[in-house]
Amino acid sequence: MLAERKLAELLAPTQPWERRRIVNGLATVVILACAVAAVLVLCLILGHVVVEGIGALNPDFFTQSPLPPGEVGGGVGPAVVGTLEMLAVASVFGVPLGVAAAIFLAEFQQGQSQLATLVSFTIDLIAGLPSIVIGVFVWAWLVRNVVGNYNGFAGGVSLAIIMIPIVARTVQETLLLVPDALREASLALGIPRWKTILHVVLPTASAGVITAVVLSMARAGGETAPLLLTALGNQFFNLDLFQPMAALPVQIYQYARSPYVDWHAKAWGAALVLIALIACLSAATRWAVGRRMRGFT
Amino acid sequence: MKTTGVGLQAREVSAWYGDRRAIDKVSLDIAPQQVTAIIGPSGCGKSTFLRCLNRMHEVVRGARAEGQVFLNGQDIYAPRIDAVRVRRVIGMVFQKPNPFPMMTIFENVVAGLRLEGGYRSRELDQIAERALHRAALWDEVKDVWKKASGISLSGGQQQRLCIARTLAVEPAVILMDEPCSALDPIATYRIEELITELKQEYTIAIVTHNMQQASRVSDYTAFMLAEADRVGRLVEIGPTSQVFTNPAERRTEDYITGRFG
Repeated sequence: MLAERKLAELLAPTQPWERRRIVNGLATVVILACAVAAVLVLCLILGHVVVEGIGALNPDFFTQSPLPPGEVGGGVGPAVVGTLEMLAVASVFGVPLGVAAAIFLAEFQQGQSQLATLVSFTIDLIAGLPSIVIGVFVWAWLVRNVVGNYNGFAGGVSLAIIMIPIVARTVQETLLLVPDALREASLALGIPRWKTILHVVLPTASAGVITAVVLSMARAGGETAPLLLTALGNQFFNLDLFQPMAALPVQIYQYARSPYVDWHAKAWGAALVLIALIACLSAATRWAVGRRMRGFT
Repeated sequence: MKTTGVGLQAREVSAWYGDRRAIDKVSLDIAPQQVTAIIGPSGCGKSTFLRCLNRMHEVVRGARAEGQVFLNGQDIYAPRIDAVRVRRVIGMVFQKPNPFPMMTIFENVVAGLRLEGGYRSRELDQIAERALHRAALWDEVKDVWKKASGISLSGGQQQRLCIARTLAVEPAVILMDEPCSALDPIATYRIEELITELKQEYTIAIVTHNMQQASRVSDYTAFMLAEADRVGRLVEIGPTSQVFTNPAERRTEDYITGRFG
């Protein structure tokens, strides 16, 4: 019977040389290859940095100041401290402003007011600004006019400007994911709008907020161009925000473009330290988020 | 502040979503310490009307309402009346249980109080325990109420948690928008039992698309209908037994007997 024969054909085991299985196999191989290629690039970069830089690492490397070329020892201590300090300054300005913009865009206007459209558009613009342009602007404003010399505070501010759009966009996306049902539940209890946002919506979105902070710090931590024009760099430990301050990306740049071989080795070491620093920051925050989420039974 | 014996009187309440009128001049009374059910086919505006009773309707972007709703002689739509305060006195339980996911069971119950501030922690414990007792949830959560997340409970338990949360702020009126439609029959039965107990202390209005539920649980029933113009209107309201056995309007009788909707 016709139906029975069709059924028998469908259920018969497919042979390896059938077109469908060949195409399936080919497609699988191609997709795997693309994935491997993407991961390979990352592995190559990381691997190279690790292999070249590991030799330069020793306890002194983290704690000591750079020494003139040719002298053994010395390290990137000031740069590590400087990077951390400027990231802290950047976060103090960048995170609240970014979160506030995100709350405004997500909670209050949702694309239906002129101010919201303007804010959204401006954030996109800032995100697209070349970091060197941000550096020039902050140089003119804070270095040349307000402070009078290169300083770490200006470096932190330029990093903050870079952080704001990243924080704003990521947090906005997360806030939009919080279901309206929760806002309604809170409002129906007689809780005012602003408390609803602060105590119900934002905590529910906390994982996203933390991710936003991590992402923006990772990006800002690696920016070099604006720091060249604002913090300038420093060969010595300096905690004073209103003096030139060292930073890892700047130190890497200085070591790398020098003609000295031993400084090149140190550049690799510094690059490894920078990557490790960002990785540790990310891991620590992920751990903190994980603890918060798993705190419930 | 516990107020008993307070009812709601809605007078000519109309509501719009943007330009579209959803309900037109609905006037009815929610009797004090009784359960009033609002029934009607999908789209007849019963949920919209319910949300107008505690000024939740205007929360939606572009939505507005007109008319008067009197609570204890005071019109909640009068100018300069704070909608936030209104919602504290007229609470709402939603169709899909919505406990706050980042809070424990205990924190959920006292959310309305904590965010207002001014309560000592022992007071909060007592209030929360009382509310959970009244919502018939205490025995099931008393061991984990300060550790387990609000969303770790089953659907029926979550809905009772939401009821406990509403009870904790001591409203005068409780509005329920199809509170059982997301629940299984046993959970539904327990909530209906709960409603029957609660009406001794609270005034309750419940929207339901389940006519059997309305006849089981309510003292008064209001029937709403949206006709060709898709604008919801009140058809009739009366004691439940009368509306179901001897309705005054033909349209009510048609709906009850299943001729449409």
